[in-house]
Amino acid sequence: MAQKKTAAEVVQAARSADKISTKTLINGLFNDFVELHGDRNGGDDPAIIGGIARLGNRAVTVIATQKGETVEEKIATHYGDPEPEGYRKALRLMRQAAKFNRPIITLINTAGAYPGADAEAHGQGEAIAALLQASYDLPVPFIATIFGEGGSGGALALACADEVWMFENSIYSVLSPEGFASILWKDSTRADEAAGLMKLTPNDLLDMKIIDTIIPEPANQDRLLKNLKKKLLLKLADLSQLSGEELIQKRLARFREF
Amino acid sequence: MNLFKRKPYVETHPHRQPERHFNQKVPDNMFIQCPHCKEGAYYKAFGAFRVCPNCGYGMRLKAQERLDMLTADYTPWDTELQTKDPLNFPGYDQKLAKAQAATGLNDSVWTGEARIAGANVALGIMDPFFIMGSLGTITGEKITRLFERALNKQLPVVIFTASGGARMQEGMPALMQMAKISQAVARHSAAGLFYLTILTDPTTGGVTASFAMQGDIIAAEPHTLVGFAGRRVIEQTIHKKLPEDFQSGENLQKHGFVDSIVPREKLGAFIAQVVRLNQPEEE
Repeated sequence: MAQKKTAAEVVQAARSADKISTKTLINGLFNDFVELHGDRNGGDDPAIIGGIARLGNRAVTVIATQKGETVEEKIATHYGDPEPEGYRKALRLMRQAAKFNRPIITLINTAGAYPGADAEAHGQGEAIAALLQASYDLPVPFIATIFGEGGSGGALALACADEVWMFENSIYSVLSPEGFASILWKDSTRADEAAGLMKLTPNDLLDMKIIDTIIPEPANQDRLLKNLKKKLLLKLADLSQLSGEELIQKRLARFREF
Repeated sequence: MNLFKRKPYVETHPHRQPERHFNQKVPDNMFIQCPHCKEGAYYKAFGAFRVCPNCGYGMRLKAQERLDMLTADYTPWDTELQTKDPLNFPGYDQKLAKAQAATGLNDSVWTGEARIAGANVALGIMDPFFIMGSLGTITGEKITRLFERALNKQLPVVIFTASGGARMQEGMPALMQMAKISQAVARHSAAGLFYLTILTDPTTGGVTASFAMQGDIIAAEPHTLVGFAGRRVIEQTIHKKLPEDFQSGENLQKHGFVDSIVPREKLGAFIAQVVRLNQPEEE
């Protein structure tokens, strides 16, 4: 791994415009991806892409947040901040994965759940709460990877998994360093200082056992994708040794430690 | 005009104590302004339940005060647990000591077994005066154990929520409590046991996005602030002012997220009623 960055540098790298896009990740890791839309409750949120695909020779369910590449996509996805309709789509697809015994792979890069008026009225809190509870009855392997920003409850909603991984240049935090600084010191410009206190880097979170693995992030995206795919395949093979009940018990034990 | 006539100045003696004792007869806090409707009222008009006589808003309560309003028959649980301060956060130990002294709690929730109007329940009461009722690692541990013990004892769970969200001084371990508690709720629920949440002012952030919204029945006190994102954050995001009552229990009820708005003085009877209706029939 490259020379150790400061927390503020990791925050910057996590948000970098050069960060691999969700679509590149999905296309690079999976074959036969079929995108599935809608929460079956009146909405479809483009900030969450969901679908089925093949990883190696195994069918999997893929759920990913996306910040969008074009201006239109960035506006439609609120730069990757999901609305309740997105979380409900994710829940629907997770339940579908359980039904067909497909492993669940989530890919996360979001500053957090979208703080909009409609999102609030449509039950942002309830939608996230339902996902957190669902991790109790998903008897299939579940691996979550944070590849950029992992913003608070909006990221956790997709990360109550058997394994939680983070890219080398990613963060996972209870709120943004800017928000943290503005609440604590009434001064959002002290975000860099806040980042240092918050323990939001992959190394800090690995030490606290909040995450299980750090994924190296070489500049060459093909190498990155190849390595991540290999790791996912190995871990899925590993987790597939366990029964659904064993997976759930192990998952509960993992989170019970905190 | 008589230039030398003394003007009728009044002499003042700022350092002398007033001889009349009006101040002692009218102490502070005799008149209370309701934070919701802004009407003032004589403090006694708020009554034993501390409810605004004008609009029905219930003043924020310490956990112990709320407990005393509900029952005298209770056993506290897990009063000794103390946070390990996972971030070694500067100044946090003083903040905690102050909150503990102010509320008499080890962290932001009181938990225990209680008998309310004849119904036995596992009870949790969050304290908005303990670092804004924020969800820390010990808050999470106490609530998780509440559900685990309730499962062992086959008891229903009742939680009064009041929280500013995950406690930022405890960082990611605080966020993880949302997942830990949610799984404990799910286990309790899968055993066919009943969970009632009562949203009280204010219930926001990570608590709204986890156990506050996981009850089989979700009730709220009148004019309770309930939301996920903060009001200012939403207004800055959408560049619009929100209606005054946008994040209220009443508005959430209109959108289908709250079962019932229950006045504070009727909560004890309400709890006993729904607990009994959710218990298996006895032969």
